[in-house]
Amino acid sequence: MVVFQKPHALTDTPFHYCPGCTHGIVHRLVAEAIDDLGVEGDTIGIAPVGCSVFAYNYFNCDMIEAPHGRAPAVATGVKRVHPSKIVFTYQGDGDLAAIGTAETVHVGARGENITIIFINNAIYGMTGGQMAPTTLLDQVTTTSPYGRKKEIQGMPVKVCEMLATLDGVAYAERVSVDSVKNVLAAKKAVKKAFEIQQKGLGLSIVEVLSTCPTNWGLSPLKAVEWLRENMMPYYPLGVYKDVTKEGEQK
Amino acid sequence: MAEKLLMKGNEAIAEAAIRSGCRFFFGYPITPQTEISEYMAKNMPKVNGLCLQAESEVAAINMVLGASAAGARVLTSSSSPGVSLKSEGISYLVGSDLPCVIVNVQRGGPGLGGIQPAQSDYNQATKGLGHGDQHIIVLAPASVQEMATLTGEAFDLADIYRTPVMLLADGALGQMMEPVDFEEKPHREIPPKDWACTGHGGKRKPNIINSLYIEPNDLERTVVERYKRYALIEEKEVKYEEFLTDDAEIVVVAYGITARIVKTAVKAARAKGIKAGLFRPITLYPFPSKQLDAIADREHVKAFLSVEMNMGQMVNDIKVAINCKKHVSHFGRTGGVIPTPDEILENIEKVGGAN
Repeated sequence: MVVFQKPHALTDTPFHYCPGCTHGIVHRLVAEAIDDLGVEGDTIGIAPVGCSVFAYNYFNCDMIEAPHGRAPAVATGVKRVHPSKIVFTYQGDGDLAAIGTAETVHVGARGENITIIFINNAIYGMTGGQMAPTTLLDQVTTTSPYGRKKEIQGMPVKVCEMLATLDGVAYAERVSVDSVKNVLAAKKAVKKAFEIQQKGLGLSIVEVLSTCPTNWGLSPLKAVEWLRENMMPYYPLGVYKDVTKEGEQK
Repeated sequence: MAEKLLMKGNEAIAEAAIRSGCRFFFGYPITPQTEISEYMAKNMPKVNGLCLQAESEVAAINMVLGASAAGARVLTSSSSPGVSLKSEGISYLVGSDLPCVIVNVQRGGPGLGGIQPAQSDYNQATKGLGHGDQHIIVLAPASVQEMATLTGEAFDLADIYRTPVMLLADGALGQMMEPVDFEEKPHREIPPKDWACTGHGGKRKPNIINSLYIEPNDLERTVVERYKRYALIEEKEVKYEEFLTDDAEIVVVAYGITARIVKTAVKAARAKGIKAGLFRPITLYPFPSKQLDAIADREHVKAFLSVEMNMGQMVNDIKVAINCKKHVSHFGRTGGVIPTPDEILENIEKVGGAN
């Protein structure tokens, strides 16, 4: 009996990610959700610009590589042509919350029936460790070498909290992949986001707190600790919007 | 003969797009092309199509990218400043070999410029619409009728060559009303879109739409392959019109609305005994270089006069096309000022006298 195997929705292409990077875990969670729901043949994914730019080589469904930050607009075009297909974007924090903020906010405003998987690791990975919109106060990056200062660079962006205010957003949850327990919770959230899309309820977004050991300058284990100690207090885990439970929340 | 409708140029584009099977329009309001959006908003729902107003030109062109990647015929339209915003997406569309039609109803520039007709985006359209080695097919209509006919052509060309196609019009053509006949256009064989992202359904390998090639040799190979397609376009798709050029000594070159004014000036010149003629490029890329060169070889041709609503952009393409074997000069008005037949005639006379 097979108890553990690679999801069918992942290709055999080896990941290019750095040791300790959590992109691999999140890719797997997305692929497991696609497998569980049996929608690989009906799914179209949109890859971003950033560390996960090569996501189009890793998922076994049709894939489109979007310009930086524009994945939600590209997804809109795809979904409007094929409303019955599953359309997801996979985006990092620079892509989604800096250069693509307008596109992100407006898929929420329109209630675009797509799913966003949002990787928040508080840094620009691919370009080598620059400040992200989600970089924490006092966090040192190559473009905030003295630490991010409120007076100079302003405060980090809380994406789930912001999007939850929009009527078109059906589901917004922040999860983390720092522990087995949290990975399992993240898996549920990703699957739920796809199910909400299947039901046609509006935009679903799962924000995943992730590590970047290479650019944080930490070992993989220390990076997980740093995430818990620094990211979780500012970016609390939880469900920020869930239209399937509106009655219960209030 | 089919029924003729009195329409604005902008509306003719929109109607022709719908009749060409376009069911997706993404745009953002900007003068002087907004009638295209408005016509689409009113009429797309009647054919189960979609007109979606995007949050920006940037978003609109990326929605176009998504819809095109999904296999649909898709249109976006804008005017000069908005086209600049679209240029990122256009480069990605080129790099991903995605078909679509982009309309630029030009206004004066640079910057916010003005809202009156201009042709000052000629260089942008024909040479610099996006970063990287690239061309897109550029069609220049000169009447409301051609706004319609060339829109249909544009969709076919886009699908056949898997490339964005630009309809380069101007505020005058967009706003003026003329009778238009949406006659059957010539049938062209459209290849199947087996590359589109439609969900593989377990029946084929995943399709990937992408413009990233991290290995320089791979990227070079892809670009070189694309340039072979451009060579085919340059060989097969050149369009132009000639008016009284057979015995012409002065050949005026003009496209779009300017060509209409030049025609009047050429007739006036002929009445004065000056042998003038008009050469009107309809495709600005591919530019009718060979045809112009053949005209330049005629012994009786003394000079070329390029007339545009800009400071002189096409004039250099003419010089290159004819290898500077005859004198080429430019006359233009810019900033939204439309040249009069009289001032064009004056320049024809000047060119005639100088030779």
